[in-house]
Amino acid sequence: MSPKKVFIALAALLTISACGQPVGNGKTTDDAGANSPYGFTTAAQKDGELLVWVDSTRLDAAKAYQAAHPDAKLDIVTYDGNANGSNTLKTKVQLFDKAKAGWPDVAFTTDNNTAAWASQPSSGFTAPLNKGYLDQATLDGFAKGALDPCTVDGTVYCLRNDLAHVVLWYNKKLLDQFGYTVPATWEEYTALGARVAAEHPGYIIGTAGDAWAPEVYMWGSECPANQVTGAKAITVKATDAKCARAASMLDTLIANKTMSTLSLFGADFAKTQGDKVLMLPGPNWYGGAVFQGTIKTPAGEIGVAPALKWADQPAPVTGNVGGGAWWVSSHSEHLDAAKDFVTWVTTNDAYQAELAPGYPAYSAAAVKWLAKQQASGYWAGDIGAPITAAAGAVWPGWGAPEFSPESVWAKTVIPGMTAGKTVTSLLPDWQKAIEQEAQVFGYTVTK
Amino acid sequence: MRSVTSGGRRFGPAPGHLFVSGYVVLLVAFGIGPALYALYLAFTTNMGYWAGIDNFTKTFADFRFLPAVGHVAAYLVLWLVSLTVLVVTLALVVHSVRNRVAGSALRFLYYIPGALAGASSVLLWLFVLDPSVSPVAWLLSAFDLQTFNQVIAPGNLPLIFTVIAFWTGAGSWIVVLYGALNTIPHEVIEAARMDGASALTTALRVQLPMLRKWIAYMLILSLAGGTQLFVEPQLVSQASFGVVGTDYSVNQLAYLYAFNQNDFNGSAALSIILLIFSVACAALFVARGRLFDVD
Repeated sequence: MSPKKVFIALAALLTISACGQPVGNGKTTDDAGANSPYGFTTAAQKDGELLVWVDSTRLDAAKAYQAAHPDAKLDIVTYDGNANGSNTLKTKVQLFDKAKAGWPDVAFTTDNNTAAWASQPSSGFTAPLNKGYLDQATLDGFAKGALDPCTVDGTVYCLRNDLAHVVLWYNKKLLDQFGYTVPATWEEYTALGARVAAEHPGYIIGTAGDAWAPEVYMWGSECPANQVTGAKAITVKATDAKCARAASMLDTLIANKTMSTLSLFGADFAKTQGDKVLMLPGPNWYGGAVFQGTIKTPAGEIGVAPALKWADQPAPVTGNVGGGAWWVSSHSEHLDAAKDFVTWVTTNDAYQAELAPGYPAYSAAAVKWLAKQQASGYWAGDIGAPITAAAGAVWPGWGAPEFSPESVWAKTVIPGMTAGKTVTSLLPDWQKAIEQEAQVFGYTVTK
Repeated sequence: MRSVTSGGRRFGPAPGHLFVSGYVVLLVAFGIGPALYALYLAFTTNMGYWAGIDNFTKTFADFRFLPAVGHVAAYLVLWLVSLTVLVVTLALVVHSVRNRVAGSALRFLYYIPGALAGASSVLLWLFVLDPSVSPVAWLLSAFDLQTFNQVIAPGNLPLIFTVIAFWTGAGSWIVVLYGALNTIPHEVIEAARMDGASALTTALRVQLPMLRKWIAYMLILSLAGGTQLFVEPQLVSQASFGVVGTDYSVNQLAYLYAFNQNDFNGSAALSIILLIFSVACAALFVARGRLFDVD
């Protein structure tokens, strides 16, 4: 064989072996690589800092973990938590996928859309958690349905941080003062809105200025605008009667000015309407984030009522506004440390019961969290029963597709509302925008 | 004595080549190289096979493409026209200021905003544009704009981005054009005055034609920057919690293709379209502005 031929043969061999190399590290021992007992191909494990991505609210969780584990080496990075359809995590992960380096070991997200893309073979960023990596006992400790947004085809890809089911928040002091009773149905709620408008103008009974308004009002109304029926199939019926009734309610209340169209966390709201909140249908995390955080309502005024229902519903069904989740990278070189971290922040009382602003997804912590909330003396009356009841009432017909339905609402409906159009008149636009967005991501759309 | 010259020419690289070499290296590394890579991606599939014009037809058919082109076009028209008119006017005004101190002070004042980096100046504007915190809330109120969402209504955005871009970018162009005005020989201006030309006539008939190259140069660079509109809508989108979509401009759409849909080939096709458009416009400005004519 001439040197030239040897060279060509070697080059060909190299090319073939390069193509055949498995994803991940080439080195396979009994408990690493493709043979790992975790159900996914692991990277070579090393010592080093655990790279953790959290949003600013969950920075406390990472700090609490560090405080409880002084020897743990953490590199904590704060980012926007993928909130409001920003897709920051997805953007970065796709870049890391290209570069084949840089992934965080653990990431927190506030959205429910991550499992749909990150579990797909094209990315494979998220590690399966129930294939040997985490104990079944840990997973079983989460509330019923809590891990649904984490689950694709029976594989669990994340641990829920908190549940974000909707309840009815109300200012007991003001309601008593005005002589109103807490409504039980959306119909009564709408009627009360008309009375408030006439008798106490300026006070509001809800807000619809945020991207998650459809999750509060449309989801709770069983509006079939976002039914994910398969890995790449979605049914969108945004002009259905059940969507129209919620839209019409919003229009009535926006018209009589008892429904605010400001963003809860924008600078305007706290300044102009912060002390005018009579009622506020919204997720359980409003308690900490809105009443104690943004608008700083004094103690002893705010109570919680069961989630509202429509008159024809036998029992309330509610929406779900976020409810964060923790993800472990399948590329992590510190899987043991990552496992310890995600298990601790989701289940340990030191964070979930003591510090967490929202209702813990881990059942044992949730009981203690509620007890602590109750003992704080901030709330007017019992908040435990209605929040616990609503936790199991999230309507399962609203899915978690790869794109964010919140961002579709934000850019289609909110500008229209700002321009003075009714939500009812914007429903066809919303329908079209969801369809188009779904098609961009390769979904088959059923109307 | 060792001879280093032959026929009046030095051996080895001329100083001119040495001076541009740094630029050439960076141009190849960050301009030509990535452009060639984009060209390769634009005509291949994600598996690396020949894709013909599939990536282009796919992006043209995308429901977000035409609106994004419309947004950028509206912005470019507003911006380039206002930039040209206002920058030239202001440069002429500053140049005609006889007082040395006042002239320098004005130039410095115009230049300050340009010293702020792009993203931070947009953040500054986000505060200016939010009526609840804006120092010029009374002005916004005069236009019946009470909330941030009203300010960033879709119809207002091209104007808003123009104002931001003008505020951040125009100052340095005023200084450049002021410098260009200084290169016009004093005798020429003097002769015009002797012939009875007013300041306005001098500006229109003498100074403007002699500034033509510089204006063309400004337009080329501003157009290239303007077609790549990205930071402004991206930050406004975040600040408005998504009310302004992340698909406002063509460049944002390319970003979404690459990092949201994991479609780097479609993203490359969009980049190539932008490149072709910018190069064509630049060629037009070079020809019309006689940029490379030697006097």
